[in-house]
Amino acid sequence: MIRRHPQIDSQGRLRHLLCIDGLPKAMIERVLDTASAFLDVSDRTVKKLPLLRGRSVFNLFFENSTRTRTTFEIAAQRLSADVFNLNISASSASKGESLLDTIDNLAAMNADLFVVRHAQSGAPFLMAQHLDRRGKDIHVINAGDGRHEHPTQALLDAYTIRHFKKDFTQLRVALVGDILHSRVARSNIHALTTLGVPEVRAIGPATLLPGGLEAMGVQVFHDMREGLRDVDVIIMLRLQNERMRGALLPSAQEYFKQYGLTEEKLAIAAPDAIVMHPGPMNRGVEIDSAVADGPQAVILSQVTFGIAIRMAVLGIIAA
Amino acid sequence: MKLVIRNGRVLRPDHQHGFALPGLTDLYIADGLIVTLQPAGSAALPGWQADREIDVRGQMVAPGLVDLSARLREPGYEYRATLESEMQAAIVGGVTTLVCPPDTDPVLDEPGLVEMLKHRARGLAGARLFPLGALTVGLQGEVLTEMAELVEAGCVGFSQANSPMGDTQVLLRALQYAKTFGFKVWLHPQDAFLGRGGVAHAGPLASRMGLSGVPVIAETIALQTMLELIRVTGARVHFCRLSSGAGLALVRAAKREGLPVSCDVAVHHLHVIDQDIGWFDSNHRVDPPFRAQRDREAIRASLLDGTIDAICSDHTPVDDDAKALPYGEAEPGTTALELLLPLVLKWAREAAIPIERALAKITCGPAAIIGQEQLAGSGAGELREGGVADLMIFDPDLLWTVQRESLVSQGRHSPFLGYEIAGRVNTTLVAGLCAFERSKGAAN
Repeated sequence: MIRRHPQIDSQGRLRHLLCIDGLPKAMIERVLDTASAFLDVSDRTVKKLPLLRGRSVFNLFFENSTRTRTTFEIAAQRLSADVFNLNISASSASKGESLLDTIDNLAAMNADLFVVRHAQSGAPFLMAQHLDRRGKDIHVINAGDGRHEHPTQALLDAYTIRHFKKDFTQLRVALVGDILHSRVARSNIHALTTLGVPEVRAIGPATLLPGGLEAMGVQVFHDMREGLRDVDVIIMLRLQNERMRGALLPSAQEYFKQYGLTEEKLAIAAPDAIVMHPGPMNRGVEIDSAVADGPQAVILSQVTFGIAIRMAVLGIIAA
Repeated sequence: MKLVIRNGRVLRPDHQHGFALPGLTDLYIADGLIVTLQPAGSAALPGWQADREIDVRGQMVAPGLVDLSARLREPGYEYRATLESEMQAAIVGGVTTLVCPPDTDPVLDEPGLVEMLKHRARGLAGARLFPLGALTVGLQGEVLTEMAELVEAGCVGFSQANSPMGDTQVLLRALQYAKTFGFKVWLHPQDAFLGRGGVAHAGPLASRMGLSGVPVIAETIALQTMLELIRVTGARVHFCRLSSGAGLALVRAAKREGLPVSCDVAVHHLHVIDQDIGWFDSNHRVDPPFRAQRDREAIRASLLDGTIDAICSDHTPVDDDAKALPYGEAEPGTTALELLLPLVLKWAREAAIPIERALAKITCGPAAIIGQEQLAGSGAGELREGGVADLMIFDPDLLWTVQRESLVSQGRHSPFLGYEIAGRVNTTLVAGLCAFERSKGAAN
């Protein structure tokens, strides 16, 4: 059976943003171009546009997050939407209410858009398909689902790369660290390969690289020095605390020695390489402070662009 | 009760090729047994006074199906399904003999529970039920059950269901003990650690979807361990629901070596692969997970070369609430009793083998694994004069659409929902009595 991608409606419009996997290049470029226009709004004294006036955006975070939730909140407010933050992990889920019951209840409060983060891969798909089946005109934006995807992060990363490097089609991009558990890495891989980046590399120990990366168009490196050679963009990934000791890695110290980004390793990359990180950073674990605060780091630009990207996504989907 | 079934196309599956009787045949049935088969239109048997005649007009008549794994959910999971609903689903699917695994609540580890289950099943006009007893108390993998007592209560073998055995020494002793009495042990090979937390086949798709994987080595390492223990103990083992080509290669070699082993696969694994999961469709969440395309091809090849002895439904009714969850949290399981025949027919058509040969994997093949001694010499899984009249009468070409409403089972989840499939049972006989007759005009 041929099924439509669940984030595209029957007219080919973006109804939900669930993943970058399968998102057409033109759609990604439209988000980047729209974000570019919104970036100016953030620099004005009056930072508001009336695009989503009267619309209700619900931030549903089943997993904790500060940065993503805050930037979505700011983005929605700059578009004049009413924003409601729900910290679900502390309320209904712990009382045993099922995910879809929670969704039905919130839908009954006349929500227009759900921004969802959930620890389970695929949870936003379940919600979007459930709402579509119920005939609810509510949009779902995936703000990170398990190990699966974090589409707005990949879009803001693509924006950042385009901002500094202009052209995707001549680039070498390296993703370094815990690819196995990283939704950011998966979304980035799809975005970069879709945008025409000819060489996407993944660098890490075998315990942190999932099998089948080659099938996603990625070259695998275990030696960081080899993997960083001549790359134009380095995307460092966060190493979760609970993974630093155990059967995946022996210690944070050893990890830093092998895969932490230092000035010395950065020198192996192209001289004008940029360093990115989705945050929050573990200084001294995956990245050295000298690099994080150095001239090649564009980590804070990512945060600024993140608001414009989220405004663009909200605007395109809900306006 | 005397019954004549007129104008049937009789299929007699057997382990080699099976054969179809030429032309049309009349079957004479009395007191639960098949008395004789006569070419249609031949003179009536002298002195034969039938209580009932059924003209099946060229439909196929075959032995009732034998299913090696169907969860009926009693006792303990009545909110998922009941004995009534699932026994009915069985006969609607043409299944007249079925084996249920011991992972009920409480677990089937005491003779009283087994007797109660058998007693409840006898009270229903459904399939013949043969429970497996738990190999260890509570399926905890620590203490052996009273196997001899459980066999007296009606168990046909012992199993850990889907609970892996972490402690190899307990498994060794369980096999030694079972061997002492000649009992068969049914094992689902999955390493206790490598499969832990996995929800999909470990491969490019699981990586892409961010789902934790069950690697093929979880199956092969468990198999290697079990095969070594079988070499040492000589215990008879049936491997349940293999999923990978590598696992089947080990079983093939073990059979060639002469080890007393057999194996089955779940019918949906003949058709579905990991790529079919789509966008996290929890109807595809099963245990073991759907594997790669080359594994499916290996399963099909192993059916033809005899490595796989039987196809089971692995019927596992799950309630809606347990499926309406993110993929990783959804309960594994699919409803399959009513799909067993059409899905085997689909395979037969695609593999271009005669129906009677395909049917061997769901009739005489599984019956031999249960053992005619355990089946009380009933001749289940066969169709012969003097044998028990457990029969199914079906139209192999009738198209129908799998829909929630078209299923009798309380389990309404299947990867095949929405599919049009061919082949439907119209009448099921258990011990010479009509246990099920599809009413005319009932399309779906």
